[in-house]
Amino acid sequence: MIQLWIIGGYLALLLLLGFGASRFGRGTSSDYMLASHSIGPILLLLSLFGTTMTAFALVGSTGEAFKRGVGVYGMLASSSGIIHSLCFFVLGVPLWKLGQKYGYRTQVQFFRDRLDSDRIGLVLFPVLVALVIPYLLIGVMSAGLFINVVTQGRVVAGDEGPTVQNATFAEGTFPSFLESGYATEAGSKGGVPRHLASLVICGVVLTYVFFGGMRGTAWANGFQTMVFMVLGLVMFYILTQKLGGESGFFANLQKLSASIPPEKLTRSGISTSKFLTYMFVPLSVGMFPHLFQHWLTAKSANSFKLAVVVHPIFIMIVWVPCILLGVWAAGALVNVPPPIAAEPNKVLAFMVKSTGMPVLAGLLTAGVLAAIMSSLDSQFLCLGTMFTEDVMLHYGGRDRYTDAQHIWTARAFIIAIVALTYFFSLFDPRGVFTLGVWCFSGFASLFPLALAAVYWRGLTKWGAYATVLTAIGTWFYLFRASGYADDEAYAIPVTLGETTFEVMPVAVMVLASTVAMLVVSFITPKPKAETLAKFFPGSV
Amino acid sequence: MNKVVWGLVLLLIVLHQDVWFWTDERLVFGFLPIGLAWHMGISIGASITWFLATKYCWPADDDTQATAGGAA
Repeated sequence: MIQLWIIGGYLALLLLLGFGASRFGRGTSSDYMLASHSIGPILLLLSLFGTTMTAFALVGSTGEAFKRGVGVYGMLASSSGIIHSLCFFVLGVPLWKLGQKYGYRTQVQFFRDRLDSDRIGLVLFPVLVALVIPYLLIGVMSAGLFINVVTQGRVVAGDEGPTVQNATFAEGTFPSFLESGYATEAGSKGGVPRHLASLVICGVVLTYVFFGGMRGTAWANGFQTMVFMVLGLVMFYILTQKLGGESGFFANLQKLSASIPPEKLTRSGISTSKFLTYMFVPLSVGMFPHLFQHWLTAKSANSFKLAVVVHPIFIMIVWVPCILLGVWAAGALVNVPPPIAAEPNKVLAFMVKSTGMPVLAGLLTAGVLAAIMSSLDSQFLCLGTMFTEDVMLHYGGRDRYTDAQHIWTARAFIIAIVALTYFFSLFDPRGVFTLGVWCFSGFASLFPLALAAVYWRGLTKWGAYATVLTAIGTWFYLFRASGYADDEAYAIPVTLGETTFEVMPVAVMVLASTVAMLVVSFITPKPKAETLAKFFPGSV
Repeated sequence: MNKVVWGLVLLLIVLHQDVWFWTDERLVFGFLPIGLAWHMGISIGASITWFLATKYCWPADDDTQATAGGAA
């Protein structure tokens, strides 16, 4: 029960932060959506990092390392250190400047203006929203799962079926549809039911985004990023000491690593071509709509410098402990029971719980929730901003609504999106890592469009339509072919000569969208001279 | 310097594909799998490279300050 009080206290603290931020707000839509462009280097670093690190980085990476070994770090963490900063540098800074110059609040506004096409918004808006929803789903689902696992009791087999010992809640405390069979495989096992925990997390994030807007989100992100980084390191230290059983930290590190199964020490189970094509996945950062909005909050172009430089190191600080915990869990010193091993998303929560220290379990759960919520908030706010700016104000007329109506519409759309995401989370949970990779792959396939819009004069609106439609078309076709992420090892075989290479779907998507963009842009009418003069003033 | 920095970015991408440690089971300092240690090096290398990029390749008009609500 102690861990529940700690989790509750942490959530209450976040609510206070949201209310506090709302008192500093200026009451304008610009302040609600972009914090009046007042975010300095440190808060920008923390909020950009907190937004890009989610359940995927903590829960997903530990589970995936448990399953596939240390190669997971190279597949996504070290590559992200190179590619994320590249995106901040080559896209973030120029887009921030254009946003400043022309007053953009959303990606769709930029693309409408840059491509001189009103209707590009009709194609881009639903695609971006559809791709953000799986990303939200990862967070909502993982938060529920994590809270459930750390508050569960121990299931003991008996003559009259399984029973639960040391349960936080007795059977019948919650309605049976939430307990889902209580002591059964899919049951709540005496913990907070998964769906209830997810609902509480949605409610908390919704509340502080609702009241605090972008200022509240940036503050909460900064605070939560510090919380999950510090608690992550504390968790790593304590788990190392507990699992190793020796007195010295270094001796425990060595003892635990000596227990790693040989196949998890290497990348023998990962094909070199698949590893190489994973490099395309982090390109998604260039097209995340919530990150675009965060970029626009910067106080100055110089504010980006710290984020560009420190982001790879922060990724390392968060991911390395998680990867080590994952591969240690695969060894003989950590006895992961088969039901947990069958669901790698639960491995980290199981390890935290296995310390037998409820205070620690509560604090560490708060750390994991911090990572999850620091992404959810930006995504919720961004979708609200997109709806009001790109649909309501764009089609309804900017002068028809007051600033207050503007903010309230954003809030109403945020509630609708949270409800929709929560509804999807009630279904069969997919692997966090796999779902994350699919979501990121969709955004990555739109990266060529962002890059060309900033740097290529030859991009035409028809080329942009072709890029978006090809990207979403190939994404849906391949996602369906993978059984909607059911086949976690899904890859595309490419035969060159007598050798067949496994290629990640993202590589095919990026290639297809790039070819579509180039071919269609070359054969369709060039953009107007005044549009080019507006976006490429030095080269006309 | 601009070309050097972009050359370093390309080098990092090449070094990222470390086939030479693919099946190497050695532990650095007795606890860090060598493949993981190498990629931690890539992360540190990326940070250094991006530091050089912000120092030598940053756009010339980098002192731009935000105006409330943008200029539009």
